[in-house]
Amino acid sequence: MEELDVEPAITNIPAASDGKHLGFAWGPGDILAYETLYMAPGMCAKGSGCSFIHEVRKDEDIYSPILRKLFNESHHIFVGLQTIREDLPSKNKKTQFVSISKNYRSVIRACMEELQQVAASVLVLQVSILLAIELIWNLCEVLFIDAAPAGPLLLHLLDWVRLHKGDVDEKAREVLQSESPAEHHDYWDVVVSYVLQGRFEEARQMLVKQATLQPAARNMYKLMDTLLSKMPFYNPGGTQTLTEFDVKWRHWHEEVDRCLQDNSFASNQHLEIICKILVGDEDTLLEHKELLSTWYHFLVTRLLFCHPTVKPTELHYYAQSCMTMFLDLRSVPEPLDSILLAAFEFDIHQVIKDCSIALNNWWFVAHLTDLLDHCKLLQSHNLHFGSNLREFLLLEYASGLFTHHSLWQLAVDYFDNCPEFGHVYLELQIERVPLDTERKALKVLRICEQRQMSEQVRSICKIMAMRALRNNRLGSALSWSIRAKDAAFATLISERFLQDYCARGTFSDLDLIDNLGPAMLLSDRLTFLVKYREFHKLYEENRFSEAAKLLLSLITAKIAPRSFWMTLLTDALPLLEQKEVSHSAHCALHCGFGHDLCFILQ
Amino acid sequence: MCRTDRVPTAGILWLALVVIMFVARSIAADHKDLIHDVSYDFHGRRMATCSSDQSVKVWDRSENGEWHCTASWKTHSGSVWRVTWAHPEFGQVLASCSFDRTAAVWEEIVGESNDKQRGLSHWIKRTTLVDSRTSVTDVKFAPKHMGLMLTTCSADGVVRIYEAPDVMNLSQWSLQHEISCKLSCSCISWNPSSSRAHPPMFAVGSDDSNVTYGGKVQIYEYNENTRKYAKAETLMTVTDAVHDIAFAPNLGRSFHVLAIATKDVRIFKLVPMRSDRKESTSTGPTKLEVQIVAQFDNHNSQVWRVSWNITSTLLASSGDDGCVRLWKANYMDNWKCTGILKGDGSPLTSSSGQPTAMSTIVGSSVQTSQNALNGMSAGR
Repeated sequence: MEELDVEPAITNIPAASDGKHLGFAWGPGDILAYETLYMAPGMCAKGSGCSFIHEVRKDEDIYSPILRKLFNESHHIFVGLQTIREDLPSKNKKTQFVSISKNYRSVIRACMEELQQVAASVLVLQVSILLAIELIWNLCEVLFIDAAPAGPLLLHLLDWVRLHKGDVDEKAREVLQSESPAEHHDYWDVVVSYVLQGRFEEARQMLVKQATLQPAARNMYKLMDTLLSKMPFYNPGGTQTLTEFDVKWRHWHEEVDRCLQDNSFASNQHLEIICKILVGDEDTLLEHKELLSTWYHFLVTRLLFCHPTVKPTELHYYAQSCMTMFLDLRSVPEPLDSILLAAFEFDIHQVIKDCSIALNNWWFVAHLTDLLDHCKLLQSHNLHFGSNLREFLLLEYASGLFTHHSLWQLAVDYFDNCPEFGHVYLELQIERVPLDTERKALKVLRICEQRQMSEQVRSICKIMAMRALRNNRLGSALSWSIRAKDAAFATLISERFLQDYCARGTFSDLDLIDNLGPAMLLSDRLTFLVKYREFHKLYEENRFSEAAKLLLSLITAKIAPRSFWMTLLTDALPLLEQKEVSHSAHCALHCGFGHDLCFILQ
Repeated sequence: MCRTDRVPTAGILWLALVVIMFVARSIAADHKDLIHDVSYDFHGRRMATCSSDQSVKVWDRSENGEWHCTASWKTHSGSVWRVTWAHPEFGQVLASCSFDRTAAVWEEIVGESNDKQRGLSHWIKRTTLVDSRTSVTDVKFAPKHMGLMLTTCSADGVVRIYEAPDVMNLSQWSLQHEISCKLSCSCISWNPSSSRAHPPMFAVGSDDSNVTYGGKVQIYEYNENTRKYAKAETLMTVTDAVHDIAFAPNLGRSFHVLAIATKDVRIFKLVPMRSDRKESTSTGPTKLEVQIVAQFDNHNSQVWRVSWNITSTLLASSGDDGCVRLWKANYMDNWKCTGILKGDGSPLTSSSGQPTAMSTIVGSSVQTSQNALNGMSAGR
């Protein structure tokens, strides 16, 4: 099948005149466009000033507030689907998969409902697209996931058509609410529509109203009523085999045909038509194109009256011929038609491919393909990129989510479930999440830490540390560099703290420094800072001998920056005068003092 | 009860086929001459613009999406060709390059509190790089894992790589490498891959009209042993002037992807080949197998810019036809144009900073859908 090919849409950029070039810059979720003039070397051009920079976005951004619910709830279903255990027996799994498929569809319908309530012309398009999506998904569920065999297959297809052709009920309501329903101009349309959809109970109830108006034709109506009531419908839960049903159905079919041959309904044009429909007369069906409105309704109706025991493998033959018969010879199949036809042909690959091209929002294909992949339906078609196709689509969808200020968190789960490239995609994109607040930064960090993305952790912490440092928030900068395990930066910040102390005589951020614990070991300078502060604390608390011991260890450990030696020595002086300082400490200090004094004097 | 009964109207999926884009916002840039470059910062919250009016402006995006100019200052004594941001790990740092033969590095200084209230910030020059004898045509920071490194290329055919060894002191930059490309250079692009499997690599494009040297794209790779950059490859099939070049972000691939703006848009795949040499450590750069992946001449003439989006799923190009085109590959690696931005020459009606009216959005959608519906058969 040929690939759908369409001319790309042109978006007009205002105020960019002829003869000028259009410059651009990629942004998160948008592209900036501006008028400019590119020049070959040596050329010079003067341009006008005051040009505009235009922010260009995809139209999805208009819908996204309402689609958000769709994204959120389907995310929930997606995550649940990934956890279905591989070792469950296939029968149980199938039930679960069908149930998940129905969940997805109900989320689509809920979204449509919300969209329909917002009366905006721009949303009509989106509603229609969702309608198409639900139609396709439903068919895929029937054919691929539920995989009904001959017998139940037709019943499911009937349900499918009925669900998507509910305007019959609307018309019927109108007719029934009128004064004389049987004389309403839409009456026969309703009856015929019911018959076309195999809704015989309702058809019979409607016909009763006509019958009471025409007592002379009572026998004809009785005959029609009998025919309608006797049409066999396959009962999947019953004991009747498919063959038995087929036999029964053929008998009924012959009976209907006899009525036609006998001209039993010849005097009533409408009943004659219904009889012809029941016998599956193609021409009569095609005369009711308007009521059928689509070739796939025609297909299901035709199967209902010609071949109710249709096998899945036979569907494509009927689908193709029905489409040909129904559509104008001139008309080109539309994307929707191609997709449905591919589904009837059980060409899952083609369905996905056409949907990817046709629907530029990745939500649908990504989730459907994922579900089909879980049903092991992609692999059975032996595509060399079976699971890669699933990943490709999920990555596309999730990448789109990532540019959203709150939905990006959903995207993380999708990346987590893409074994080949999910991790690297996540690494690349999570770094770009703007760290507007500390809270957001911590949120991003938690995600990275949970996935052992150590480089991203380091980078985010470094960015936050740098930002804090530039704004002179030393405490915050220090916390972040510790979290980044960035020894060099921690050293730098510690030096700033010490410089601050030298300048002002006090420490800032005491809470932080006093409670660092083992984190202080990240860098020598940091250790020194903490210990030095501790020294001051001890001194203030008049614990002079401890203070002296600490100061001594600081001097001998040689972790003090050179610039600080004078300060340390100056600090030592008052201690030497303290009586509590032990004799040995005294001596040691003297020695240390002397030693370092020599050092300094060199 | 949700109405699922309405059958999707004829042609609805034709509409869905097109990527509908719209102008969400227009910002009056207020430069007094042509804008030559616009650059987003790493997080997409700030942008820098540079112009022939010799100035650079920095813009900040507020929470509601509005852009405010927070700094505007004269940077050079000639047209400023490019402006680029350093990675935020190094703070708020910009580099610019100009026709005045210099490149400069700028750092934002956290201002006085009243400045902050007025939404202004100050940028000061940290260094001027004056080594080039001709117009400096491009300036790019190297990938952050290499440290704070700045690369320039000039019309004099030299690529210069500078390093700031102390990131806290941006006034100290040392010229680490000077690479003569023999052809006047117009653009450079670093391979963003930080994988250990790939040594640092950059590509240089030339718009030289000289025909003696055939290939106008050269790839250079760093050698750990010699501690120098050596030429790994020349793309001999690119013989026309190259105006822009861009490595795609690497997403776990073993090969590199390079886009080139020349008389058309070209995408190359560079596959590192395993060395079969007997020497345990290779003394030369990795051998690269060059394959052309796609070529588009839709712009009808010269293509001036190419650039990848963050995930390398979309490539944008700008050409002589006054359009920006977006290119995308499907999972079969077939490339297609998925969108076009075109200047329509109409005057801007809404004032700057305000979002375009909804009716315009619908209008353009309708316009597009009208185009798509043309050729559709009527009714069913």
